Amino acid sequence: MPLQEENRIGSFEQTVLPHLDAAYNLARWLTRNDHDAEDLVQEAYLRAFKSFVGFHGTDGRGWLLTIVRNTCYTWLRRNHAEQLSTPFDEEIHREVVASPNPEELFLQNADRRHLQEGLEELPVEFREALVLREIEGLSYKEIAGVSGVPVGTVMSRLARARERLKEALPRIIKKGVPK
Amino acid sequence: MSCQETQELIHGYVDGELDLVRSIEIERHIEGCESCSRAYRTQQDLKRALQAVPLRFVAPQDLRRRIRSSLRKADGAAPARRAFLSLPAWRWAGAVAALAVVAVISWNLARVSRAPSGDELVAQEVIDSHVRSLMANHLADVPSSDQHTVKPWFNGKLDFSPPVEDLAKEGFPLVGGRLDYLENRPVAALVYQRRKHFINLFIWPSTHDSGQRAVMRQGYNLLHWTQSGMEFWAASDLNYSELQEFVKLIQQSAVQRTH
Repeated sequence: MPLQEENRIGSFEQTVLPHLDAAYNLARWLTRNDHDAEDLVQEAYLRAFKSFVGFHGTDGRGWLLTIVRNTCYTWLRRNHAEQLSTPFDEEIHREVVASPNPEELFLQNADRRHLQEGLEELPVEFREALVLREIEGLSYKEIAGVSGVPVGTVMSRLARARERLKEALPRIIKKGVPK
Repeated sequence: MSCQETQELIHGYVDGELDLVRSIEIERHIEGCESCSRAYRTQQDLKRALQAVPLRFVAPQDLRRRIRSSLRKADGAAPARRAFLSLPAWRWAGAVAALAVVAVISWNLARVSRAPSGDELVAQEVIDSHVRSLMANHLADVPSSDQHTVKPWFNGKLDFSPPVEDLAKEGFPLVGGRLDYLENRPVAALVYQRRKHFINLFIWPSTHDSGQRAVMRQGYNLLHWTQSGMEFWAASDLNYSELQEFVKLIQQSAVQRTH
């Protein structure tokens, strides 16, 4: 038995351990703290391992990120339910229209801490879409798979995330971020 | 393309997710429209700002080790090294043979799972078309709920005449028809709606008969069947049972026509 087990663990590790940074990055942005992100990633890997027998796809990263995301949402529901009840209506995404932009000047002055704070302020679904797109470089289709929503919703979430971020940055920069 | 449409699609455009036709339309519009071109530049700037700084969190060194050891604990397996060393010499041969068998089997399995069947390639094409039609807001070339408008529209555009039914009474109103390309040939795409969900029904002449097949992929349900010498693929984010209901209605009306 130990040999088979080692083989199973080995092929599991080959499939998903290379995506550890992607998994941690997503969990870190969803939880907004190191400690919980580490625990949840570890839990997600265990969950993934248990259902590994049923995984026959080729996209190990997408599969793992889906499990990480779901693990984080379960944790958010338990510990920070208020973050999941942020009111927004993505069905009316057709009304997203860019405002005239005094903000654009601020973009040149935004540094990492400003952007991080701006991202962390976003409702979790918007933050998730933007992180998967801009930081992990996933396609709309891949994000749709991870988040379990249609591709149209991915585009509308990104639209709203970017509008909000753009509007929040001038305030964040003016206020200054503690180092 | 209007400003409203451009503003909706601009994110798909800066992300390089639009099809060629839509991208060109957006480019044309932006060239001639000051406010859309400013919106486009702002989105580009924001994108650049996000790319310019390191925002990716990197997993702590020790997390990998923690995960590896928790996997072994969860599995109840001893760490690899000790398991090997504790084997008596005479069992080594068996162990090596077992490993070889496992290697051969997994190599064969990998080969099978890496070569997608023809059907699976089509399924992926169908999904891509479905997604594209929704994203680019390009559902129908002939937007009409009248089957007697949609059906003749395909005349001269296809070398076959797709069956077109309006199912409004059954709760699946016809939205229109569109010319699409699948499997390197022009095909008919009929668009139906259920509440806020769209269904793309792709139709083209079939070369072989196959039974009904259901696939779930990337959150979309796909149903495939052949009937009266035609291939049918229905794609939607609608739940499986309602899509099934839709497919039954289409199948029944095809049967009625032939009688």
